[in-house]
Amino acid sequence: MGDVITGLGFDVLWKGSNWLRLLGGLLTALEISLFSVLISLAAGSLLGVLMSLNKKAIDIFSKLYLEIIRIMPQMVLLFIVYFGAARAWGLNFSPETASVIVFSLWGTAEMSDLVRGSLQSIPKAQYESSAALGMSTAKTYIYVIIPQMIRRTLPGTINLITRMIKTTSLVMMIGIVEVLKVGQQIIEANRKSSPNAAFGVFATIFLLYFLACWPISCLSRYLEKKAV
Amino acid sequence: MDKRELLSAEHVYKYFDGTPILQDINLKIKSGEVVVIIGPSGCGKSTLLRCLNGLEKIAEGKIELDGDMVDPASKEICRLRERIGMVFQSYELFPHKTILDNITLAPIKVQKRKRTEAEEEALKLLERIGLSAHKDKRPSQLSGGQKQRVAIARALIMHPELLLLDEITAALDPEMVREVLEVVLDLAKEGRTMLIVTHEMAFARAVADRIIFMDEGRIIEEGTPERIFEAPETERLQRFLDNMSF
Repeated sequence: MGDVITGLGFDVLWKGSNWLRLLGGLLTALEISLFSVLISLAAGSLLGVLMSLNKKAIDIFSKLYLEIIRIMPQMVLLFIVYFGAARAWGLNFSPETASVIVFSLWGTAEMSDLVRGSLQSIPKAQYESSAALGMSTAKTYIYVIIPQMIRRTLPGTINLITRMIKTTSLVMMIGIVEVLKVGQQIIEANRKSSPNAAFGVFATIFLLYFLACWPISCLSRYLEKKAV
Repeated sequence: MDKRELLSAEHVYKYFDGTPILQDINLKIKSGEVVVIIGPSGCGKSTLLRCLNGLEKIAEGKIELDGDMVDPASKEICRLRERIGMVFQSYELFPHKTILDNITLAPIKVQKRKRTEAEEEALKLLERIGLSAHKDKRPSQLSGGQKQRVAIARALIMHPELLLLDEITAALDPEMVREVLEVVLDLAKEGRTMLIVTHEMAFARAVADRIIFMDEGRIIEEGTPERIFEAPETERLQRFLDNMSF
């Protein structure tokens, strides 16, 4: 058994404080995700509602914004905000701030499209039947439209959150020591003593990402069932 | 009982993109009266109904409910709509709420009634329409006829002075039409004021105190059911009635 663990390179995890370092890296990734997700959900919902109003100026802005974000790889966006903004305008963001900005820009774009789509899929007659019952626009949104919107956006939102968590692995490119970077450091440091560490470390990171994202998927399944 | 005038529409005009939909509509409904509007598809009868509770804006004319102006731009429109119940062709129950919550939402949130009191009345209404056993189900678990009966209960709990029924059986399978219309006949017996748009001629005849025939955005004829069905005065009504029967 010990041979298998060493052979697959899991032994490095018990050297020094490697476990703690990996968990610390995961925490960094999750921190960036958490801030980005919160900003994206709030800003994306707001923008989505605005987009569903079919106002021309908002449509042009949102179309442009969404297209740019979709076309641009997140890594390029990250470089522009971190390196580019510093050179062009002297905006020196910390790597963490730059990451949150980029992931929020991306998340807001995707979230707004989800919200717009779900709002537009709610039949106009739902607004009318609410109005016919004497509900104001605000009450119609609070009690009728938004609950249905949340139900319809839930699967897409959960998908977006897990994608954001996974994509935070890119932030190591601007010097943030998140879980993948920690993994690489551990592998590098033990290249001589445990040449097979790559498998063990990356397999562990896989497991860590899984443990971070799986509860979110479970939560969404639970919420969806509850909402039906 | 003195039959006072509850609703009046005077010289109402309405256009969609310049096309006239309603032209010089004059309509008066007395309290306790059941008025049925018939007419070919696209004649403007549904639009007229939607104008009466301010879901559509009118271009000209005046609509009043018991002396209060119906104006969708006014702040009072929500108050007014509480007094005018409306049931739609496609039921439009709230899919995320149970049957009971569908009925109690507006009385609790709009009329600020106590939940216990609203639920008590909702249960009575559900019993009356024979759906007590379904109170905790979602709309998606009900048949079309059941959903439409719930929609009627949802309108009734607001204690509206006037009930607008917009082709409420048009989306139903034939075998479900009867269960819905029986509820409406029952309401008519109770002395409710209703304005009904329907394609069910036998029902129109049975339920109406007065029938209005519309075509191309105008009121062409109106009269008692007997008069309308047995002695149509205009060729257009004659032709319409001929088309409605085999």
